[in-house]
Amino acid sequence: MELLLALAVGTLFAVGVYMILARSLLRVILGLSLLTHSVHLLLLTMSGLKAGAPPLLGGQAESYVDPLPQALILTSIVISFGVTSLYLVLAYKTYKKLGTDDTEQLRGEADE
Amino acid sequence: MNNIVVLPLLIPLCTAVLLLFFRSSIKLQRMVSVIGQSSSAAACAVLLWQTGTGGVQTLAMGGWKAPYGIMFTADFIAALLVTASTIVAGFCLLYSFGSVGAERETFYFYPFFQFLMAGVNGSFLTGDLFNLFVCFEVMLISSYSLLLLGGTREQLRAGLGYMLINIMSSTLFVAAVAYLYGVTGTLNMAHLSERIAAAGQDGILSVIAMLFLIVFSLKAGLFLFFWLPGSYAAPPPAVTALFAALLTKVGLYALIRTFTLLFPGDPELTHSWIGWMAGATMLLGAAGALSSKDVMRILNFNIVISVGFAAFGLAVANEASLQGLVFYMVQDMAAKALLFLLGGLMIREAGTQRLDRMGGLYASRPGLAWMFLIAALSAAGIPPLSGFAGKLLLVQGGLQSGAYVLTAVALASSLIVLYTLVRLFMKVFWGTASERPTACSLNESSSPGSSRWAGITAGVLCFLVVLLGVGSEWLAQASSAAVLTLLDPTVYIDAVLKE
Repeated sequence: MELLLALAVGTLFAVGVYMILARSLLRVILGLSLLTHSVHLLLLTMSGLKAGAPPLLGGQAESYVDPLPQALILTSIVISFGVTSLYLVLAYKTYKKLGTDDTEQLRGEADE
Repeated sequence: MNNIVVLPLLIPLCTAVLLLFFRSSIKLQRMVSVIGQSSSAAACAVLLWQTGTGGVQTLAMGGWKAPYGIMFTADFIAALLVTASTIVAGFCLLYSFGSVGAERETFYFYPFFQFLMAGVNGSFLTGDLFNLFVCFEVMLISSYSLLLLGGTREQLRAGLGYMLINIMSSTLFVAAVAYLYGVTGTLNMAHLSERIAAAGQDGILSVIAMLFLIVFSLKAGLFLFFWLPGSYAAPPPAVTALFAALLTKVGLYALIRTFTLLFPGDPELTHSWIGWMAGATMLLGAAGALSSKDVMRILNFNIVISVGFAAFGLAVANEASLQGLVFYMVQDMAAKALLFLLGGLMIREAGTQRLDRMGGLYASRPGLAWMFLIAALSAAGIPPLSGFAGKLLLVQGGLQSGAYVLTAVALASSLIVLYTLVRLFMKVFWGTASERPTACSLNESSSPGSSRWAGITAGVLCFLVVLLGVGSEWLAQASSAAVLTLLDPTVYIDAVLKE
């Protein structure tokens, strides 16, 4: 199971990096969100995948699941959600103002 | 347990939320901001005094003891940096009153400012690695907003790159945290330090340490600074001054914490990498500063050089160099903020930021000229001023450890700082202006009254910089007290875990 998840993390990371290298802004943003997803999956995998009861409820189970990674992932998801939406707005605004979403054309010093 | 530890985070946060309700009234917003900023500064001062007399102060959130809960930990270096950053940011706040323009002020400039302060102070004070990530994000998201506020073409273009780089490095940060949690099973910094030391810093932990080095170097602009000069040139000078004074320092502080507390075990690998990166940063920053022909870009490359200089102290990591590092960081906050505030005034006065079109400003603004000269000499490290003592200690530390090449590079870079800033001074203030463009190219409002206000703010900050230089004895003592927890992690660990 760990191996499978590790492969999934690797694939997501590779796809994310590939898309960030694209010229279209929208692809870059999608790439970034894939990248964050892969990291969340990594967080889940690194803490060990084991079956068990919810932590501390009742206190009678033989083994418990570690709750911390899930809390971390939840926090990180919220943050990346906020940042991605801000980035989308920025990309839209840039497209409106500069008339292009091609990162190659954005680079030039237009007003000089 | 000490509740004051969390106040430098809590006060800006509450102020920011309160400010959201007064969008329409600029006057009220300014007043609330100033009250919030000064009460935050007062809390920092109390915290500094308490850590000075009573050692490391801790606060376990919600009463959950370490290592299970989230800890806030203020040792002397954290308290010192929090105090310095709050005071320096206060000057940037005062400066922004007359310079950012009514449009930005009505569109939540002040709330973002306070959120940024909450993130910065939280990053300095937190004792939990994941909480550090969260505070970083609070700081970065506010910095995105401050950078973009106004929405000029240049800001949008700079914002795209700045956000992309920072989101990438935050992603790597989470990955590094995941690996570290997988290996050690904890995220409390004191607990991590203990466990890493017990396990011995072997292969996998060294790899994780290098990952953290990449992450924090991106944030601090250490070697991976390619994003910095372009994006810091876009926002108005009040915002750039704030970024220059605080953001890279937070990255540097994270580096210091990581490599003195968590991963001090393998200096052959990590610290020699930091040394190489510091040297390259100084050289490349110097090359950039020499080749730029734009006021803001020259000053931006000076940030890069000073980051390299500070990292040189971390690479050597003996008592003198760490003391110099703390001293240098504290005084550099004030000096960099001053440089950028004065740079903003110069650009406003000349109506352009192209160096070849400026000149002869001394005739109209002699006070500005003198203040800039003081700031420039202080940044270069000329004796009576505050830059000198920090650089002296850093160089002493470098020579003690036999890092001769790095010390030579550092001294050469100081010379180049002096050259670029004095060249800037001569071009801007001496000679005659060839043509004076009437349209103000800078994206800030200007009126005679606001200009005078900004000048007074810069003047008081300039006085503070001089004071730091004259009173460097006190700051040197403070930084030697701050070094104690850096040299001996057990002080920090005991304070957190043995309570």
